[in-house]
Amino acid sequence: MPLENIKEIMDRQSIENALTRIAHEIIEHNAETNEIAIVGIRTRGEYLANRLVAIIEKLKGAKLPLGLLDITLYRDDLMIADSQPVVHETNIPFDVNETNIILVDDVLYTGRTIRAALDAFIDFGRPQSIQLAVLVDRGHRELPIRADYVGKNIPTSKKETVVVKLNEIDKQDQVLVQG
Amino acid sequence: MTKWGQKDLLGLENLSREQIELVLSTAESFKEVSTRGIKKVPALRGKTVVNLFYEPSTRTRVSFEIAAKRLSADVINIATETSSVKKGETLIDTGLSIQALKADVIVVRHNASGAAAMLARHVGISVVNAGDGWHEHPTQALLDIFTLKQKLGKIKGLKVSIVGDIAHSRVARSNIWGLTKLGAKVTVCAPELLIPPEVEKMGVSVTHSIDSALSRADAVNVLRMQFERDTGAAFPRQLEYFKNFAVTEERLKKAKKDIIVMHPGPINRGIEISSAVADGKNSVILEQVTNGIAIRMAVLFLISQVRRKQ
Repeated sequence: MPLENIKEIMDRQSIENALTRIAHEIIEHNAETNEIAIVGIRTRGEYLANRLVAIIEKLKGAKLPLGLLDITLYRDDLMIADSQPVVHETNIPFDVNETNIILVDDVLYTGRTIRAALDAFIDFGRPQSIQLAVLVDRGHRELPIRADYVGKNIPTSKKETVVVKLNEIDKQDQVLVQG
Repeated sequence: MTKWGQKDLLGLENLSREQIELVLSTAESFKEVSTRGIKKVPALRGKTVVNLFYEPSTRTRVSFEIAAKRLSADVINIATETSSVKKGETLIDTGLSIQALKADVIVVRHNASGAAAMLARHVGISVVNAGDGWHEHPTQALLDIFTLKQKLGKIKGLKVSIVGDIAHSRVARSNIWGLTKLGAKVTVCAPELLIPPEVEKMGVSVTHSIDSALSRADAVNVLRMQFERDTGAAFPRQLEYFKNFAVTEERLKKAKKDIIVMHPGPINRGIEISSAVADGKNSVILEQVTNGIAIRMAVLFLISQVRRKQ
């Protein structure tokens, strides 16, 4: 792909700022309750969720419970997917009943991943609420789903690809739009 | 990433090391589902799995049924004793009828070696071998290997002894294929007449001494003596077998302190294994049963992914 078709939308500092702002918003929005848990959607949501837990711990002095959700088995394209889906482990080490769950993912696009995550979560119990935090909202929803906390809104065309790179697996923090 | 790429699971002989490792890592992820409050995921919703068993079985059939149900598939059990098989219907005709009923997977157990492979050639839907004669029992070997890997962290370089009627054991054969592909050193141990000819060509060592099979082994897989298959002269008497080949506390004292003791079940207590060992601290027999569900979920999931695209 020619270089001029790649645009950097966020760098290390703007990703950090966005996550800090989201952390503040989460605390403010859930001021009335102590029953909050952060759940990352694999793969990159896991690392963002980790960071949010760390930031909130710094701000509030309390470490929120952290869960990991693999939604592969709940995908609506499981039987028509081109590539063989890889199933990763789900780990929800706390009681979800009566808890306010903050789902964390990197990019919000069609909304189908979040639909699958909601279905997966309901199989663990009845949370008090489920809220959604994403680093990037790129539009083009195919389901009636919206995010409660957004790092950055990026208008894109459907032909473009949004690439989120995170230090934990990609050796750098960066959001790119290709296309 | 490794491609699974097969509509069937017929044995471990024809699988690559990578394919075996893919089943193991997929099963790793599926283990968690059985620990949930709601032990179900929708991955195989709307798919139908038919258990077609020509031989008695409790744990394998129940394990496949639970695995399929935890994936949200519908499950039908056909006990051949009360089916058209009694009227003389052939395996292939039964298979074609099940296919015509729009089932998606047949899990078959049969007393003839090669039965699952033959069925798989005649139907377009998936076939999983749940044991065919003396040939293979792939999901049992996979769950044995999975259990070993969970306990010891790896398979490569492990010394594993398999004790019992090697000649007539599909569990032994599948374990040998799987373990050797993953780099374990396998020793088989049995009375001379229960060792198949040229078994060394499968890459294993042979011993007729239980003590030497246990010494230095990281794990021992104790096979059930299948007295119901007694073919006469070759078979030792039960008491004689216990005296010479049973895994007992006395014999384990000379083995590694933390040797893993496995058994595919059902156990003949006091024949191939003493009760004290079967219930003792080295035994992982019940963990094998639990792990069987994750392995069978992984297998049903992987074969279903492939078939959809054809």
